[in-house]
Amino acid sequence: MSVDVIMPQMGESIFEGTITKWLKKPGERVERDEPLFEISTDKVDAEIPAPAAGVLKEIKINEGQTVPIQTIVAVIDAEGGAAVAPAPAKPAAAAQPAPPPAAAPTPPPVEAPLHFEPSPRAAAPPPVPAQAAPAPAAASAAPVATRTDGEKVRSSPLVRRMAREHGVDLTQVPGTGAGGRVSKRDMLAAIEHGAPAATPASAAAPAPGLSSTASAAASQAPPPPSGTLYRPAFELGVPRERIYFGRYEVQPMSTMRQKIAEHMLASKHVSPHVYSVEEADVSGIVALRNKAKSEFERKYDLKLSYMPFFVRAAIEGLRAFPQMNASLDGTNVVYHKEFNIGIAVALEWGLLVPVIKNAEEKNFLGLQRAINDLAERARTKKLKPEEVAESTFAITNPGVFGGLMGMPVINQPNVGILGLGAVEKRPVVVDDAIAIRSMVYLTLSYDHRVVDGAIAHQFLHKVKSVLEDWTENIL
Amino acid sequence: MALTTLLEGIRQALFEEMERDPAVVCIGEDIGVYGGAFKVTAGLLERYGWERVIDTPISETGLIGAACGMSYLGLRPVCELQFVDFIACCFNQLTNFVAKSYYLWGAPVPMVVRAPSGGGVHGGPFHSQNPEMYFAHTPGLKIVYPSTAYDAKGLMKSAIRDNNPVLFFEHKFLYRRIKDEIPAGDYTVPLGKAAVRREGRDLTIVTYAAMAHTCMDAAAELAKEGIEAEVLDLRTIQPLDKEAVLASVKNTNRLLVVHEDTKFGGIAGEIAAVVFEEAFDDLDAPVRRVTALDTPVPYSPPLEERFLPQVKDVVTAARELARY
Repeated sequence: MSVDVIMPQMGESIFEGTITKWLKKPGERVERDEPLFEISTDKVDAEIPAPAAGVLKEIKINEGQTVPIQTIVAVIDAEGGAAVAPAPAKPAAAAQPAPPPAAAPTPPPVEAPLHFEPSPRAAAPPPVPAQAAPAPAAASAAPVATRTDGEKVRSSPLVRRMAREHGVDLTQVPGTGAGGRVSKRDMLAAIEHGAPAATPASAAAPAPGLSSTASAAASQAPPPPSGTLYRPAFELGVPRERIYFGRYEVQPMSTMRQKIAEHMLASKHVSPHVYSVEEADVSGIVALRNKAKSEFERKYDLKLSYMPFFVRAAIEGLRAFPQMNASLDGTNVVYHKEFNIGIAVALEWGLLVPVIKNAEEKNFLGLQRAINDLAERARTKKLKPEEVAESTFAITNPGVFGGLMGMPVINQPNVGILGLGAVEKRPVVVDDAIAIRSMVYLTLSYDHRVVDGAIAHQFLHKVKSVLEDWTENIL
Repeated sequence: MALTTLLEGIRQALFEEMERDPAVVCIGEDIGVYGGAFKVTAGLLERYGWERVIDTPISETGLIGAACGMSYLGLRPVCELQFVDFIACCFNQLTNFVAKSYYLWGAPVPMVVRAPSGGGVHGGPFHSQNPEMYFAHTPGLKIVYPSTAYDAKGLMKSAIRDNNPVLFFEHKFLYRRIKDEIPAGDYTVPLGKAAVRREGRDLTIVTYAAMAHTCMDAAAELAKEGIEAEVLDLRTIQPLDKEAVLASVKNTNRLLVVHEDTKFGGIAGEIAAVVFEEAFDDLDAPVRRVTALDTPVPYSPPLEERFLPQVKDVVTAARELARY
């Protein structure tokens, strides 16, 4: 029978060895425990004895080769029928850690020192109260109790557990602990004095003291729509049950709608908005457009709108007041060298702000073409992601729906957005006479961290003057 | 009943156990003729003779190894280290032989290692340490650290009668300062059981050894402010009385751990982890620790005072915790 010769483990940390010399050649006879080969490892050099007597049948690993421990390096054709187990060479045996004793063979006379006391089981968690029928899993619905002003309620594991068990709305409990924290004291007082009932979003079961009307109302509210993540944009202003009354229909928000909501809240949260209003007499532009409209459309196969006039005016304003064409990064103001103008495009299913990149490099025709192209592709959902990014300023046009003026929310990370009211004829005073002119209200929302009113009004005035003293050839 | 010092309580336990069980022997440096560095073994040699009260050369490794061998042969040796600081010299004997003996060879080691420990006596970095956590971390050793004379005597008797190796820390600051009424006759205090020294509803202070007294003083101060602190004296570090800690925390919902050992790796961190794992929902405030500073024990008295937790430190931390 054959006995494998293995590379032994010469020490706990050794995982490979190099065969430095074979002391026998294939075909030679070898006695058990007779030195068979020499090895070199990181720790020792050693002669390895043969695991069995017989004839060296085959050398699998040659001198100079390094192999992992337990690799078969040779085979001995063992003599006789006595089945000799392929015992590892002796040094290897010595290096093998003894298997841990499974159990003491005889009951020892002393207590086992390794476990002094049975470790106490953790106290069983309090039984989870049965959930009110339509209520969602409490834990996932309201991971963070938040007061109506958006401030997170500071409490403690104990207080939150008490709130769960007693169905108390944490946001309604006044905190007297450090920093207004709701402490055990506060909870005990709240429970004693009839705690404000938790909504299904923050408690799993009606508290014993909950009034029946409140609990009935609570049980009528459908499950909250949002998932488990805390999303401030979808924070409730009132307890949920106050939303549901009378006849209603519930529809989930589209992803785009949710994005808009989050973006708007983030912008309002981050940027202190200030609003300035200017009025421009666009009679000249109206006349120019009316005159050039048909030729323009014939020549370029393109509709002529007011938008390129306003974009051009805005670019001139931005050129004059680079603070308006900026972003804020911490305490650094990033002044953009490109004038990438975002144009808000109203869609039936939401709102997009595609961007005219390097608008300052386009002539009037180029602006009009870009505007029409972006708007068209926004409506047909053919915009590429990069075409709605990297705006440096934005223009929105509530006037297209007849709005007198609008106070838009800044499109982050810009610091300003220009709102255009409807172009309409109004009686205005011109040279101490009342005249009928085509007028438009220009509104500017700007981030007061970066832009002050002085700059904003000068910017608006620049826009106004470009519009009123239009000189550029549009054909 | 007459008042008995903590030192005398230990001495009584040694006498009574040697009287009770001829297998009990004492071994250590200068414990015979001289009566021990702190005179804990005074009178033992005269009473029980040199065969049971063994003076050894100055080799902690040697005497612990000898005691380990004696315990294999059926004796119950009680070793004395002159200062527990020197326990580092026999670290290998204790952690690799004594602690693992039963696990590896099924050979129990019913021995006790007694040693004066702790600071507050201006002994400096080599005569003031609290090395209990090196050994609390070693499975197979029990660790006792009493704060009263009554406990010292009762725990020493339990330690001697226990079939596992027990490290018995004797706080040298308490040796002669602490006096209790000790009942006549045999009694024991069980290992692994904490004692509620004072009941309170506002927070739990878990502590042991000399700090138990500091915490009791602090609790008295706090009571004047209307803060009722429960003071739990562990008495045994290993095995830790988790039930007692958890039961108290479930009552008070606030936990302060105070020990004279340094902070990093001290038992306070372990206790905090146990509470977080098993009683998180009962916590009304984060667990706090008041411990010695993470430095060697200073020689200089004012520095040592700064190093060791003082009553005012415990009061401040407890007050903040109660108001959290």
